[in-house]
Amino acid sequence: MSLHAAMAGQRMPHDRARRRLRRAVLYIFLTFLAFIFAWPLLYAFYTSLRPYGEIVANPNGPFSLPGTLNFGNYITFWNETDLPRFYFNTLVVAVPAVLLTLWIASMAAFAISRFSWRFNLLVLMIFTAGNLLPPQVIIVPLYKLYNMLPVPAPLSDNGLMYDQYLGLILIHTTFQTGFCVFVFSNYMKTLSKELVEAAMIDGAGVFTIYYRVILPLCRPALAAMGTLLFTWIYNDFFWAVMLIEHGDKRPITAALNNLSGSYFVDPTLVAAGSLLAAIPTVVLYMLLQRNFVSGLTLGSAKG
Amino acid sequence: MSELEPRAQAPAPAVAGAGVVTSEKRRRRYSLLTRRDKFLIALMVGVPFVIFVCLIWMTTLASVVLSFTNWDGIQPIKFIGLDNYTQLITTYPFFWPALSHNMLWLIFFVCIATPFGIFLAVLLDRQLKGSWIYQSIFFLPVVLSLAVVGFIWELQFAPLAGNGFIDSALVSTGLINANNAPDWFGDPSINIWSVLVAASWRHVGYIMVLYLAGLKSVDPSLREAAAIDGANERQTFIHVVFPVMAPINVVIVVVTVIESLRAFDIVYIINHGKNGLELMSTLITNNAISEASLIGFGSAIAVVLLTISLVPIVLYLSRVMRTENQ
Repeated sequence: MSLHAAMAGQRMPHDRARRRLRRAVLYIFLTFLAFIFAWPLLYAFYTSLRPYGEIVANPNGPFSLPGTLNFGNYITFWNETDLPRFYFNTLVVAVPAVLLTLWIASMAAFAISRFSWRFNLLVLMIFTAGNLLPPQVIIVPLYKLYNMLPVPAPLSDNGLMYDQYLGLILIHTTFQTGFCVFVFSNYMKTLSKELVEAAMIDGAGVFTIYYRVILPLCRPALAAMGTLLFTWIYNDFFWAVMLIEHGDKRPITAALNNLSGSYFVDPTLVAAGSLLAAIPTVVLYMLLQRNFVSGLTLGSAKG
Repeated sequence: MSELEPRAQAPAPAVAGAGVVTSEKRRRRYSLLTRRDKFLIALMVGVPFVIFVCLIWMTTLASVVLSFTNWDGIQPIKFIGLDNYTQLITTYPFFWPALSHNMLWLIFFVCIATPFGIFLAVLLDRQLKGSWIYQSIFFLPVVLSLAVVGFIWELQFAPLAGNGFIDSALVSTGLINANNAPDWFGDPSINIWSVLVAASWRHVGYIMVLYLAGLKSVDPSLREAAAIDGANERQTFIHVVFPVMAPINVVIVVVTVIESLRAFDIVYIINHGKNGLELMSTLITNNAISEASLIGFGSAIAVVLLTISLVPIVLYLSRVMRTENQ
């Protein structure tokens, strides 16, 4: 309080010293908070490096300094579960889903934002509102639909949508398209109108304008949304657990469900497993931090 | 002359279009499109739209219809009126706990997690050295899945026998007796609070980033003007910055409400949403997508969740609509 009062009043001789003190307090406070926020991850990493036997033998349990630290738990986890398989499942689902979503949503957004027709706004609203629904609202009919809809052989190995990569790709693409159309159409509205007009006068068709004029200009938005979509789909738990029955077809995040309840057995293994599942998104975040932030910002820039 | 006119008019819009008011321009630009172009535009938006409506909105509608039936997925569908809803609010023991847990989640996020995220954003908005390091740390949990968040916090909150860190630390330092060590995720009288702590850990960073981006876009001259008028930092924020941020504030409210209603993964990882952790979302799947296969009953719960979700959705859309019309 007194610091604020000092700021409000006239500049005093002590002003500078006080401001410096204020800064120092702020840094200490932020560092303290940052440590608290980082703690669960730091601890998970620490635990994952400890042999379980050592924790059990210690009277203080996990609240103890290490005797040995090694990557044994990671090796055990890697050997005992089908980890490469789960990563592969994630890629098979996420890569096509991200590319399809970017392609479909940018086309729809192009048609919505660059041309004026009667139901522009209504269509945009329907896309946006659909994306805001909790997925649990539609899961019951969707689950039934996936179990009843016949799908021919090359696309599905059981004749259904259920328990298939295809079904998972379809729901991810559809659900995320709602959000992406909204973001892309906002982004495209900021591009100059004259560009499209000039191209049109030059005789370019609609698809050429989309592909040659608009899409290159949307590269920053595509990169940001691509990063964000990949992370979201990578992190998806709900759709995969509900729509994929066989454990060996589940992507990595959903495969973690098999770990649930096993922490009573060995928390060090659980720590190693969840960190292995988290590493790809954390690395992606470290490499493309700017894309994450601008992606989230694009989504909230307007409206 | 008269026979020349249609020809003369055809290229005119392009020339005239350049400087005229938008509505005029738009209408004329339309005439530049060939029939093939129009068809292509219809296709570009039409195909995704039809798929989206079928998979998202028709299934929503199907949930509503199924909620009036007692379908178990095998027998022919029979309509039973409002029976599912009556059963839900009168005899079903988990409905009110689930609803109150969702409301608690919402209140906790609105009153604690979201304001804390805003607070962090305001602190980090000053020209601090190493601000990006703090930002990265606070944001890191956001890139983790809620399933991973669940496991990471299980390491903290597990009971003493499960080598949970918090209990081990409390007992080892003698702060509590080993027999009194709480089971943070297992004890139904406290576990929802433990889950809220874990979920907030992720939510705070999300809100911080959204808000920080908003703060950066505030016109600096506004702050300068406020400073010249003698406003202190707190006054500037409350009376100048916060009101200008109205669009972001709406987004943050919507994000907070929607996230609270969608909550599922973390609870599912811990105990499938039972024993003190019932949520609307887990009730739906536990009833309808399980051995019981109570599709009609599960759909009724889904309709309740839908009705609640429509409040923020409509609020948000009407807001977007208003800015769009301006």
